[in-house]
Amino acid sequence: MAAVPKAVPTRAGTLSKGARRGSRDAVVLLAFVLIPFTLEMLWTFWPALNSVYISLTRWDGIAPPEFVGLDNYTRMWSDETFRLALRNTVLWLVLFGGLSVLGGLGLALLLDKPRKGIGVYRAIFFLPVVFSMVVTALVWRMIFQPEGVVNGILSAVGLEDQARIWLGEPETALYALIVPALWRQIGYIMVLFLAGLKTVDPLLHEAAKVDGATAFERFRHVTLPQLRPITTVVLAVTVIDALRSFDIVWALTKGGPYHSSELLSTYQFSTGLLGSQLGYGSALAVVIFLLTVGTIVVYLVRSLRDEETA
Amino acid sequence: MTATNSRVRPWLFHGGMSILAALWVVPLALVVVTSLRTFDDLADAGLASVPKGLTLDPYRQALASGEWHSIVNSLIITVPVVVVTLLLASMAAYGLARHRIPFRRTLLLLMLAGNLLPAQLLLIPVLKLTEQFGLFDSRIGMIVVLTAVGLGFYTFVLHGFMRGIPEEVTHAAKIDGATTFGVYLRIVLPLTKPAMAALGSLAFTWTFNDLLWSITLLRDEQKLPVTPAILGMQGQFVSSWNVIAAATVIAAIPTVIVFLRFQRYFISGLLIGSSK
Repeated sequence: MAAVPKAVPTRAGTLSKGARRGSRDAVVLLAFVLIPFTLEMLWTFWPALNSVYISLTRWDGIAPPEFVGLDNYTRMWSDETFRLALRNTVLWLVLFGGLSVLGGLGLALLLDKPRKGIGVYRAIFFLPVVFSMVVTALVWRMIFQPEGVVNGILSAVGLEDQARIWLGEPETALYALIVPALWRQIGYIMVLFLAGLKTVDPLLHEAAKVDGATAFERFRHVTLPQLRPITTVVLAVTVIDALRSFDIVWALTKGGPYHSSELLSTYQFSTGLLGSQLGYGSALAVVIFLLTVGTIVVYLVRSLRDEETA
Repeated sequence: MTATNSRVRPWLFHGGMSILAALWVVPLALVVVTSLRTFDDLADAGLASVPKGLTLDPYRQALASGEWHSIVNSLIITVPVVVVTLLLASMAAYGLARHRIPFRRTLLLLMLAGNLLPAQLLLIPVLKLTEQFGLFDSRIGMIVVLTAVGLGFYTFVLHGFMRGIPEEVTHAAKIDGATTFGVYLRIVLPLTKPAMAALGSLAFTWTFNDLLWSITLLRDEQKLPVTPAILGMQGQFVSSWNVIAAATVIAAIPTVIVFLRFQRYFISGLLIGSSK
């Protein structure tokens, strides 16, 4: 605490004027840091630790919890809905995550160079980012509903037999949910990549062009390596966003029909909060947490190793 | 760029881009148009048709059915969350960035880590905590929880920003006799304004758009913010697509206003936000 002036009692045992002010300063400073810190810890780490403990119990939220060890975790292996939700979550991570990164990068590359009208395009793709997932969901419900736009277009081009209840059939529900989620996410990823592209040195492009590199070669060997820092950020953001996706599914299908669009997050909410299985719900929450941390650690380790060999 | 390139490419570019942009614009246009049609018109011709006439009636119906009330709830929760969050985060960031407090790095990283925990891991115990504190099913409870779980991120960003303020500026004020609090209030806060505007518009959007915490911590429909409330309206107006569309447009207006008003800050906020 070297820089914080400490209250030093003078020889007479009273505080000098400057020291008294110094001690008041130290108290102010302590309050400045500790009030926000304590508030946050009380509502984040403390509950998180509690979740880990609750996940080792059977608890309906009313009677006292009963300690059952790892029972909730072993129960997952035989729980078909859990396996389906896990599979859907991985699929969601790959499809929603992968397509939003590719789409965002693609749009950023197309809209990077100054050109007439790119401001308008950028604004259009970005606008949905400010909407809530619930607003997004309601917009797309009109498009997907049985008498909605998708089926209207299909019958207009003579494909009536392809029309279906997109959100109501187990085969299509999950994929129909990914579309609005992408619609809202791509603009966000685009903005991140646009910022990254600003740091790419145009001289390197010129040099590569002079050396006869094609546009693709320049992208592969000049642009991509320089985008590396922002790519790491984008991937971390994407993994976190994908694994905590909840709103869009809850707003449109609540995980149904027959759990076909169930994600771990919606299953956790249904069992832990609506179904009063607090122990099992907490175990599912711990799994979501481990999956997030695990994916990010695996990515970091791999990119560190790549950097060493590169 | 060669001569042929510059002649052919604008056509290709704008042609392709218009098709892509249409995918983003058409759903929005559909909702806005639907929100202005009568029930009979929609029932006769369906959603994907040319409207016969336009009316503001669906908006009146949506607002009268309680949406006005839920918008007010949203603001009652969102505005205090934004103000208190910025206040507390700037205090913590000031302390951690400008003073040699022991373990300050650890404190900062703990706060950031707390923010990155998935909400699912917090829901059940936080629900129990609000019950213990008598904050369950109350707007005050929502304000407390939404503020507390977000603090780490805002502190982290403001910390980075405040570290960039030259040491000489605060030093000079100290020599002139300013207290710790005085330096915070009169020197650091005014210099942090752009970052605060960026974070404020982000915090507004995120808080206003929240669904998960509202449906976890609130039961009384009279207290529901607009985001969960419009989901409930779907049941109330099962096939009145015009009213649902109007409700959707109304629910989107506040965040769109904040975005348009703070556009410059909003995007820079997303960028600093991504570097957490």
